[in-house]
Amino acid sequence: MSEAVEPLPAETAPVRIDATPLLRIVVPVLLLVGWWAETALHPGGLIPAPSEVGVALWDLAFGGINDDAFSQMLLPDLIASASRVYGAFVLAAAVALPLGMLIGRLRLVREMLEPTLQVLRPVPVTAWLPLSMIMFGIGPKSAFFLVALGSFFPILLNTIFAVRSVEPRLFEAAQMLGVSPARLFPKVVLPASLPGIFTGLRLGLGLAWVVIVVGEMTGVQTGLGAMIMDARQLSRTEIVIAGMAVIGVAGFLSDYAVLMLGRKLLAWSPRHG
Amino acid sequence: MTPPILSAINAGKVYPGGIEALRNANLTIAPGEFVCLIGASGCGKSTLLRMIAGFETVTSGQIVVRGKEVAGPGPDRGMVFQDYGLFPWLTVRKNIAFGPIARGKPKAGAMAVADRFVSMMGLDRFADSYPHQLSGGMKQRVAIGRVLANDARMALMDEPFGALDAMTREHLQEELLTIWRATGLTVVFVTHSLEEAIYLADRVVVMSPGPGRIVAEERIALERPRDVSSPEFNDIRRRLAALLHADHATEAA
Repeated sequence: MSEAVEPLPAETAPVRIDATPLLRIVVPVLLLVGWWAETALHPGGLIPAPSEVGVALWDLAFGGINDDAFSQMLLPDLIASASRVYGAFVLAAAVALPLGMLIGRLRLVREMLEPTLQVLRPVPVTAWLPLSMIMFGIGPKSAFFLVALGSFFPILLNTIFAVRSVEPRLFEAAQMLGVSPARLFPKVVLPASLPGIFTGLRLGLGLAWVVIVVGEMTGVQTGLGAMIMDARQLSRTEIVIAGMAVIGVAGFLSDYAVLMLGRKLLAWSPRHG
Repeated sequence: MTPPILSAINAGKVYPGGIEALRNANLTIAPGEFVCLIGASGCGKSTLLRMIAGFETVTSGQIVVRGKEVAGPGPDRGMVFQDYGLFPWLTVRKNIAFGPIARGKPKAGAMAVADRFVSMMGLDRFADSYPHQLSGGMKQRVAIGRVLANDARMALMDEPFGALDAMTREHLQEELLTIWRATGLTVVFVTHSLEEAIYLADRVVVMSPGPGRIVAEERIALERPRDVSSPEFNDIRRRLAALLHADHATEAA
């Protein structure tokens, strides 16, 4: 067995300090410093200082500073937004996954639906806002629809691509091993396209966080988007920025969790394992 | 005489574009025989193999396997591809168990069968590895193991060692012969290496392009293990090389 893979001997390189954590915080620190310098040079400007945003964030989370309509609203707003993001994402996936598989595998469905979908795809979620409010009314249903719409296309397109690009060789391999044509879908297409489908789900969830603010422009009372819109009306820019930061961190953590899940489930795929 | 396991009778293949890949191929293979198909690219050797496998339709004549005309792929004819065709989402053990499970064997029984062939192919240390973690030679062992585990009567091998380095190729040729002798498997083996064909086969079938056809057959009577540097081996090689190159000469003329 000459081709047996033997582990390489451990490298005996001199001990080096891992600079990765440092590399990762350089840009955020520079941005923060630049922001702070800007506000320090122009006191009384329209952009609040980082410290003001920090105080706003504290008050949003725990209250006790301003004790106004925003105090202690962070958790309820975050929960409202997160439930919309995940709910709309699940709805989008529930439609996009089967639809994408049908479009990808059945020529009839592809010819019938693909032109329509390709024309709808470039229309931004923002443009759907007025129509959505007419169709679903002012409030959470509209928000739900818009977020689901934002999340729908990446899932759909990646699913179509994934099920279409299964290596033809794998069909031959399965058939010569005794898989009937009807069983090829569950035995080959589905597992082979999981990495591509997973990429679509990850992008879709990311986009749900991106469009949550637009979604909550539909007149809903709670949610981070609603909070940002309210704060904007009242010129509370420090709360606007605090809301942006919370969405950024929440979206990042959500994506990180999905990424870890993918590594676990798709250990077989060189792209994910 | 035992009835043949395979007969191709005037088998031909014309692709929809009008390209004739194979014309009037006649070939009879006995159970347990090791046959190599050899020829330059375009000679129809892979087409003939894929027609036996049931991946390509026969457009004229017929191909009969164990008394039945081939109508599609089936587990009695296991295929070993040059590019392996392993399922990347399954471990080595589960790749080998795939066929038995697909044919309805209970999971525990299928895994027991798989373990037997994991060992036979020398893959014990890699049983729980995924294909992307294996070398080319290892992958091809898995591909051979899964065909054997599936009780295939015939192994159809399409240049299976063509992508491997010389050392690995020699090892696998040796192991294939050992397995063939132990199992009584019928092997149809496509190669473009004359040396490989003469080293392995009971019978070498020489094919020619334009259109693809069978031009000669040579029974290799040399005793195994064969010595590739012996004068007898070289005599056969010289004779078959002349047949292989005859077409090039006429084309050049």
